[in-house]
Amino acid sequence: MTRAQELRAYLIGFGLSVVLTAIPFTLVALHKDAQLTLWVLGICAVLQAIVHLRYFLHLSLHGQQRDDLQLVLFTALILLIMIGGTLWILANLTRRM
Amino acid sequence: MTTTKSNYPGLNLGAAHGDDHEAAETAIFGFWIFLMSDIVTFGMFFAVYVTSALNTAGGPGPKDLFSLTSVAWQTGFLLVSSVTSGLAVLNLKHEHSQSQSPRKWLVFWLLVSVLLGIGFLQQEVRDFIDIAHKGGVPSRSAWLSAFWSLVGMHGLHVSVGSLWCLVIVMGVLAQGVIQRWKHAIMSWAVFWHFLDLVWIGIFTIVFLRGLV
Amino acid sequence: MTDTLTGNLTWDSIMIVKAIKDPNFNTIITANAAAMIPVGTVLIFAILTWTKYWKKLFSEWITTTDHKKLGIMYVIFAMIMLFRGVVEGTLMRINQAGALDGGMLSSDHFNQLFTTHGTTMIFFVAMPLIIGLMNFVVPLQIGARDVAYPVLNQISFWLTAAGGSLITISLLIGEFSTGGWSNYPPYTGKVINPGVGPDYWLLAVGLSGIGSTLTGVNFSLTIYKLRAKGMRFMRMPLFVWTSLCTSILLIFAMPPLTASIIMLGLDRYLGFHFFTNDLGGNMMSYANLFWMFGHPEVYILILPAFGVMSEISATYAAKSLYGYKSIVAATMCIAVLSFTVWLHHFFTMGQSATINAAFGIATLLIAIPTGVKIYDWLATLFRGRIRFTTPIIYLSGFFILFTIGGLSGIVLANPTIDFQVHNSLFLVAHFHNVIIPGTLFGMLAGIHYWFPKSFGFRLLESYGRVTAMLWIIGFCLTFFPLYPLGLMGMTRRTVDYMDPAYQPYMFVAGAGALCLSAAFVGLLLTIWRSIVHRKELAVPLGDPWDGRTLEWWTPSPAPEWNYAVLPEVDAIDAFTLAKERGTAYAPVDKYTDITLPPSRYYGFIVGLLAATMGFAIVWYIWWLAIASLTGIVITVIVYGYLPQCGHVIPASELAEADESWRRRARAERGISRDEETAVSNQGLACPDLIPTP
Repeated sequence: MTRAQELRAYLIGFGLSVVLTAIPFTLVALHKDAQLTLWVLGICAVLQAIVHLRYFLHLSLHGQQRDDLQLVLFTALILLIMIGGTLWILANLTRRM
Repeated sequence: MTTTKSNYPGLNLGAAHGDDHEAAETAIFGFWIFLMSDIVTFGMFFAVYVTSALNTAGGPGPKDLFSLTSVAWQTGFLLVSSVTSGLAVLNLKHEHSQSQSPRKWLVFWLLVSVLLGIGFLQQEVRDFIDIAHKGGVPSRSAWLSAFWSLVGMHGLHVSVGSLWCLVIVMGVLAQGVIQRWKHAIMSWAVFWHFLDLVWIGIFTIVFLRGLV
Repeated sequence: MTDTLTGNLTWDSIMIVKAIKDPNFNTIITANAAAMIPVGTVLIFAILTWTKYWKKLFSEWITTTDHKKLGIMYVIFAMIMLFRGVVEGTLMRINQAGALDGGMLSSDHFNQLFTTHGTTMIFFVAMPLIIGLMNFVVPLQIGARDVAYPVLNQISFWLTAAGGSLITISLLIGEFSTGGWSNYPPYTGKVINPGVGPDYWLLAVGLSGIGSTLTGVNFSLTIYKLRAKGMRFMRMPLFVWTSLCTSILLIFAMPPLTASIIMLGLDRYLGFHFFTNDLGGNMMSYANLFWMFGHPEVYILILPAFGVMSEISATYAAKSLYGYKSIVAATMCIAVLSFTVWLHHFFTMGQSATINAAFGIATLLIAIPTGVKIYDWLATLFRGRIRFTTPIIYLSGFFILFTIGGLSGIVLANPTIDFQVHNSLFLVAHFHNVIIPGTLFGMLAGIHYWFPKSFGFRLLESYGRVTAMLWIIGFCLTFFPLYPLGLMGMTRRTVDYMDPAYQPYMFVAGAGALCLSAAFVGLLLTIWRSIVHRKELAVPLGDPWDGRTLEWWTPSPAPEWNYAVLPEVDAIDAFTLAKERGTAYAPVDKYTDITLPPSRYYGFIVGLLAATMGFAIVWYIWWLAIASLTGIVITVIVYGYLPQCGHVIPASELAEADESWRRRARAERGISRDEETAVSNQGLACPDLIPTP
């Protein structure tokens, strides 16, 4: 990649992040409908995380060495199991106690 | 986008850096591995936070304690800091494949990033003091304990990252842009980006969610 | 009132003072044990001074970053802690033998015993043994000179030692936790246990936990990036595969433990409410977090043992490992599945039957890949040219006993059954039944197997065999009675009992514990007598067992640089292939200078400061805690600036050492497998291979 292309990647990432931050902040500040706000929060957060991973951390599903992808994807799996498992278990316990 | 495969995750130094690029494969991949374990630790604090979210034990809750403006400022500081750290790495990659290039822009972008990080920390500390004054001390309830530890853990990482960057700047000034500092800058930048990533989780799940 | 200078430390904190002021059976036993610490320290210092070994101790061992030396240090550290662990276990069993309606030990003493026994054995015996073996073997087996981060490796060791020093000093100054090795709050919270015990646990386990996490990072990186040319993943030895999976488990399983330790620490020191009884605390959260670590932890303990079994079954049967691909796949399955079963450690905590069933099924699933491995090892031995050496005795014991232990695990995996036997002696029997025949036998077999490579001489077979039998018999006597006891309803972690029906079983278990103590003595004797006879047992040419993997392709003891010329491989069992082709000891064309990492004080300083900081935090000596932490930060920064010049081994020196070894190997006759344990074994094998079908 040329330097100009790499710089553009950072700036695109920055721009997208600003938008994906402004939307949830505005919704909360304006006290809009709770359900809608929560969904928007979640979606914007996930999207912004992807923006950071792609444009700042230069991770992509192609063009990446196998080892690197294995590492990040496996970590994602572990996080899913551990956090998901914890939420499932503790919510169940709270309901029953 | 380019079709050249990268040797290690994140921005690669590129073949122009010769040995430094070769050696970076092990060094940077190793740092990513460590970072993954750190992410899991954060994940645990997040999980405990979410499961404690309703345990305010009659004490103050998020709506009593959080300031949206302050969080917005902190988010801004960290996001811009992330971009400037990227500019530092770009500078490293393109201006420093021969170590004779002038270091001032590299040092400049690194220092800007640290300054923004310190700005973030200063806001955050003010916030914490304010919350404590309103009765939101960590010993008041499980939710407050989880809040202070999750956000505090992140703040601690930002502090360590800021110190690390200063150490790198002094190293670069004293010893030049040698291999060990190149690798350190690359690792630090990845660390810094990840802290911004974790912050996305924090401002969404802790602050915004709390204020809905 | 907390003193600023000495925190909560008083003269009364010292065990010996306590015993003098309040002499009773319990304080006297503990004081005598505690006295071993200053006496032992003085003795060691005296020996070092008398043999004038101080300088060498620092230059060769304390400052080393060499993976081989660090591996040896890990194992020696584990052996010292094993002594303590065995004594504690024996003391508990002897107490239980006579504990009908009250035993000889007080409940507080007994509670500390089972806590330190578990904590010591898991964190300071099993983990260091495993990490020590990984340290020694993995770089050699992948054909590398050292690990990816030798200095980080050194830091990991000294952090583990720091944790070990804390649990050791707790015997002399203060007391240890009484909450079991899992240290559950709110019992271990500030309200019920304000003393130093749980704090010692937090710091000891926390510090060594950081060391272990860093080891995981280091070894997975090493295996990913530093393999010899041509050594693709599917050409790696099985011990390397299991080390890789163990490292991955370390990376991802230690964080939940670190998190739970930080949280419990915050509860105790700063009045947080993660796990308290009031103000919203949730103690079940701790159990969840701890076992998210705890389950992968036990797979960390067993996978390297499985790796050793793969290596020795192939080598001592003179056959290539049967079903390589299936064992690799099984290992990876076990590694991934181990993250999905942690709830089976708290089936009874109150969650719904659906959740229990889900995790129960996942637990049952892990038995499948484990079974695959056992069948593969059996198939490896089948029609092999088996030599009944000490490692194979351990392997045999493992086959039968570990399988029984695994089956008792299958029984426990069913939540309905677990509700009856949870926290009974049935559970205690199960986990000892998998750890001892699994982890311990695996590690002891591995020590016998690789001892010649580390020190240049074999261990005496006669002593080795007797010791192995003592471990096997001792284990059976001590732990098989616990199964019926558990089914009869006897609870774990209780100092006494009231049902006379338990007593005969407890007698047998007590006798078994004495047998296990004898086994430990046997181990020490094996090593001592072997050292005495090291000249007859010497195997300088490096290949005493007709090995198959790269580590046997060096002289014994392995030289500092591992390989004068880094090997290139084109198949599994590359060394066997080279021996078959007759090219194993062919002369090398060209030697080039090698630069090895320098010795550093870095790790030792960090470890020392970490131990000091830990001690200071336990006793609320804040100035010392802050000073030590600052010291650590300064050390890290300063070493970041220091130049990293290693020391160079000139090509001439390499050539001389390597060429003389190869010349001698080409000139000598080599021995057949029948002479393997005879004095004539100089470490040169005359290949005696069964052709693979």
